[in-house]
Amino acid sequence: MRVTFTVNGRQQEADDVWEGESLLYVLRERMGLPGSKNACEQGECGSCTVRLDGVPVCSCLVAAGQVEGREVTTVEGLADFARQRAEHGGCGTGACGTSLQDAQQWEAKPQDSQTGEGAELSPIQQAFIDAGAVQCGFCTPGLLVAADEMLERNPQPTDADIREALSGNLCRCTGYEKILDAVRLAAARQDRVQEGAV
Amino acid sequence: MDFLRPASWEEALAAKAEHPTAVPIAGGTDVMVEINFDHRRPEYLLDLNRIGDLSEWEVGEKTVRLGASVPYTKIMENLRAELPGLALASHTVASPQIRNRGGVGGNLGTASPAGDAHPALLASGCEVEVESVRGRRMIPIDEFYVGVKRNAMQPDELIRSVHLPKADGPQQFSKVGTRNAMVIAVCAFGIALHPETRMVRTGIGSAAPTPVRAKEAEDFLAAALDEGGFWESGAPIPPSVAKQFAQLASGACNPIDDVRGSAKYRRHAVGIMARRTLGWTWESYRGNERSAQCA
Repeated sequence: MRVTFTVNGRQQEADDVWEGESLLYVLRERMGLPGSKNACEQGECGSCTVRLDGVPVCSCLVAAGQVEGREVTTVEGLADFARQRAEHGGCGTGACGTSLQDAQQWEAKPQDSQTGEGAELSPIQQAFIDAGAVQCGFCTPGLLVAADEMLERNPQPTDADIREALSGNLCRCTGYEKILDAVRLAAARQDRVQEGAV
Repeated sequence: MDFLRPASWEEALAAKAEHPTAVPIAGGTDVMVEINFDHRRPEYLLDLNRIGDLSEWEVGEKTVRLGASVPYTKIMENLRAELPGLALASHTVASPQIRNRGGVGGNLGTASPAGDAHPALLASGCEVEVESVRGRRMIPIDEFYVGVKRNAMQPDELIRSVHLPKADGPQQFSKVGTRNAMVIAVCAFGIALHPETRMVRTGIGSAAPTPVRAKEAEDFLAAALDEGGFWESGAPIPPSVAKQFAQLASGACNPIDDVRGSAKYRRHAVGIMARRTLGWTWESYRGNERSAQCA
């Protein structure tokens, strides 16, 4: 079957999709977006977390046919998504988002620590790098999507809020302390930006 | 495999009538696991996501009509006052990602004894609204679970909603697992005090082939509370009564040994949870809210 849906703000089509296929498989194998990771395939690990109509879900547990006409945000579109949210409060015009080609070729370009130039990361991504919250990196995409959504909903989270929001994401390097540091850092920076704006 | 995408409830009923083997999929948190692991290859998947009505709820005067696909997250956020037991149970379901997709309809359709919603549903005394092209019927929750992962539904029926009485007294839920998030219950216990009818209802999860009530424990407690005038006086429940209630709850279990726990442990833990949740609800009835709500 054919599935047409919005990925990172742009409409995409996938053809010859098997009816039992997951959204995760479509993203990775048909659209060339391997940022969402495939691990447990049973909703236990959170490494395939994407946003479906804004809500964090395990893409391995969403049937491809269920996303027809709906909006998906993946980690590859997170930097653009966060920038557009900060600038315009979201994507109102339909002209934003991330093209499939850009998403496929997306790579982390962190801010140069000397010159302060070149950042093409969302604040949560930058915070993960700055806090040393990336070890093997496999759980990172899911954590970024989940953490970014929590900070959008709850800009000043308590430690309990952070733990709760990330409780569905496993890190088998057990780098949880640095991950918590990263989310606290992103929250503090977000707070500072907002205070500065007032 | 065929993917059926009805746009309305009527279309869904027609599709289910035409293809009774079709597997309904809403949140997908059970169905997709089985498909991903090749444990199940249904001929038809019946997607219910386009039927908006299933994700809505209505708070009436006496009852809450909870759409089968209302995600657990929404129950926690919106129905804590009306359905405290179910809201507490919802909070222990897996992780935020799963709670954003899964709903009570899936728990009922799967009818696993370990489903987190069941103890609260049993304790509330709800009814399950199921429908087919032949008509609609309300199945009392006490008659819904008929065997291991089997329920009282006919092959052409779909779950539309659950009608739960609004809480008329304190409710609690407790669950044993190896950690707070992402665990299938080793066993679970739900309790609801119903001061209006002077009844107590319970639900036990993961400690029998189906979710069950601890009826003897309920009857014993209701009689003890009545005879002692506890509903009127609000006096503390004597330890001997709590102990007997716990023992009877434990006796209502018919558990097995499995990877998550032994039968002996489950019996023991259900007794402990019964005593504790009774204490929490009774203190709340007496006007002493617990400072920290935890499951």
